[in-house]
Amino acid sequence: MKHDFTELRLDRVTRRFAAAGGTAFAAVNELTLTIRRGEFIALLGPSGCGKSTALNCIAGLLPLSGGSIWLDDARIDTLPPERRGFGMVFQNYALFPHMSVERNVSFGLRMRGVAASEIAPRVARALKLVQLVGQEQKLPGQLSGGQQQRVAIARAIVIEPPLILMDEPLSNLDAKLRLETRAEIRRIHRELDRATIYVTHDQDEALSLADRIVVIHGGTVQQIGSPQEVYAQPTNLAVARFMGYRNVLELNVQAEQDGRVTLAGGDIRLTGVRKQPLSTGRACVAVRPEEIALGEGPGGANTIVGRVDNVEYGGRDSLVDVATRSGALLHVRSHVPVALGQEVRVHVPVERALVYPSDGAP
Amino acid sequence: MTTAAAARAPLDRSLLLIVPAAAFMILLFVYPFLYGLLLSFEPKDAMTLENYRKFFTDPRLWPTIWTTLRLALPATLINVGVGLPIAYRMRVKSRYQRLATTLLVVPITLGTVLIAEGMLTYFGPRGWLSQTLQFLHLYDGPIRLTHNYWGVLISLVVSGFPFAFLLILSYITGIDPVLARAAATLGADPAAQFRHIYLPLLAPGLAMCFCLAFVQAFSVFPSAVLLGAPAGPTRVISIAAYEAAFEQYDYSLASAIAMMMGFVQLAVVAAVLALRNWFYRGPVVGGKG
Repeated sequence: MKHDFTELRLDRVTRRFAAAGGTAFAAVNELTLTIRRGEFIALLGPSGCGKSTALNCIAGLLPLSGGSIWLDDARIDTLPPERRGFGMVFQNYALFPHMSVERNVSFGLRMRGVAASEIAPRVARALKLVQLVGQEQKLPGQLSGGQQQRVAIARAIVIEPPLILMDEPLSNLDAKLRLETRAEIRRIHRELDRATIYVTHDQDEALSLADRIVVIHGGTVQQIGSPQEVYAQPTNLAVARFMGYRNVLELNVQAEQDGRVTLAGGDIRLTGVRKQPLSTGRACVAVRPEEIALGEGPGGANTIVGRVDNVEYGGRDSLVDVATRSGALLHVRSHVPVALGQEVRVHVPVERALVYPSDGAP
Repeated sequence: MTTAAAARAPLDRSLLLIVPAAAFMILLFVYPFLYGLLLSFEPKDAMTLENYRKFFTDPRLWPTIWTTLRLALPATLINVGVGLPIAYRMRVKSRYQRLATTLLVVPITLGTVLIAEGMLTYFGPRGWLSQTLQFLHLYDGPIRLTHNYWGVLISLVVSGFPFAFLLILSYITGIDPVLARAAATLGADPAAQFRHIYLPLLAPGLAMCFCLAFVQAFSVFPSAVLLGAPAGPTRVISIAAYEAAFEQYDYSLASAIAMMMGFVQLAVVAAVLALRNWFYRGPVVGGKG
């Protein structure tokens, strides 16, 4: 177990499970990723995409079906979890119910045979970091959900692991606590200067916490990139859908030039940016609701006419559904009030209309 | 029944459902128990405590407590002590967990007498075990595993083990396996996971299992007669009570012996449950969800 490292390498990490009928399906398929010291990585994907499986493989709680994991020059995927020395924060916290907060946090140190004189100050420091001073003698059952989660974090970081693994640690907290704890996790990560791998299905969490986001879908990595990249330039339609591109329209390709594609269908005619090579005459254009503006585009280009079909008031802005005459439905974020049934024109900036090949999904 | 009617009713009517069980208990347990208790204080032509004085002075009576404890305590310790590691190994659901559980449960479905009959032919001096061992020259001396202490002990293990095992298995599978995984990521090897996570969380359950298994073993009767030496080394307390009642027709003395039997069981159970209070009692999962 070493505390100083440069990088953790996942080399084609694969985990298969037996499926019905004797076949095997890969929950994690050839995941290759290099994590540098100090980095905060988010594994992002919908439920069942294999992100938690990947995390358990890294922690050593699940054996690999293929590939290898390296901490600098040492191969670690053959080690049992207790010899990898990664800190892990579980979704349901997994606090030891029969131990006080102090005993929970000191558990990892006691298992490592750290001298008693050294344990007390380290536990105190960890509890201070998660702001739980004064709760040392309580049992986990006496704490609130947020406090329990912070005990779980303290327990994982007190052993000063090279890598901290977090499995949807905020999913059991209420909205306010989730925001607070999120900020705290980021702060703790900065203070420790280690690497963190954070599994989540919440794109906001991933965007706000991570240095790099790994988008996983169906066990396979779809995109690895900075939050800005993943947010603004999804590599494929699956990532786009997951990152909040709620408007996906399948249209006919009319013209393609210099990476710009013009598509049409019904009473819609749109020009967008091609993100992947197109092979057929059909393609999908993906646009985020907040990137569609009410009003006409320059010279009337990329403008769609429709009727307001539904309005969801959201405080600063409203989510407006606009139905075109040919039956397409657009989700638009609007800062100006609109009335139900009103005829509106909306306009999509060319740079923000991303064009992908059709994937057959609705 | 509407909600309003239920709210007005002074008593939750569903409580009535326990009436048959309560009546059953009172008629078949509480009444006979109290009757026996009173009977034990009404000896033939003597003062009230004569039966108890006799019990503690008669060398044919008071040592039966020790004789019974000498059988019941080791049998209980073996059943709980062997049941724990096996149940621990089988805590993860697997294909042969079901098979093994079924096999282990079979002795429960057999009566004590059937087990005793089988053991007499299997473990007896001319039984299969003895013949096999002697045929293979693994052990050439006489093998005496029936009609003595060992015969009764083995039968108590055969009939008591499945019960202890199943009880422990249900306690173990109730412990969230994520706790052990969390311990592993914190550096606990499998032995430490057992010692620091499973054992403390199981302790209350083990105490309860010990109590139930002990009470069962302490009231041993058929196997002590059939497989033991009921005149001597396995003359357990229930045999003494039986003799008083049905050979000397002294129901009053028999009741006193039965009361003493109950008292010893109660004392051991109370001691174990008092020990249990030293351990943590509470939820065995590590948080929400």
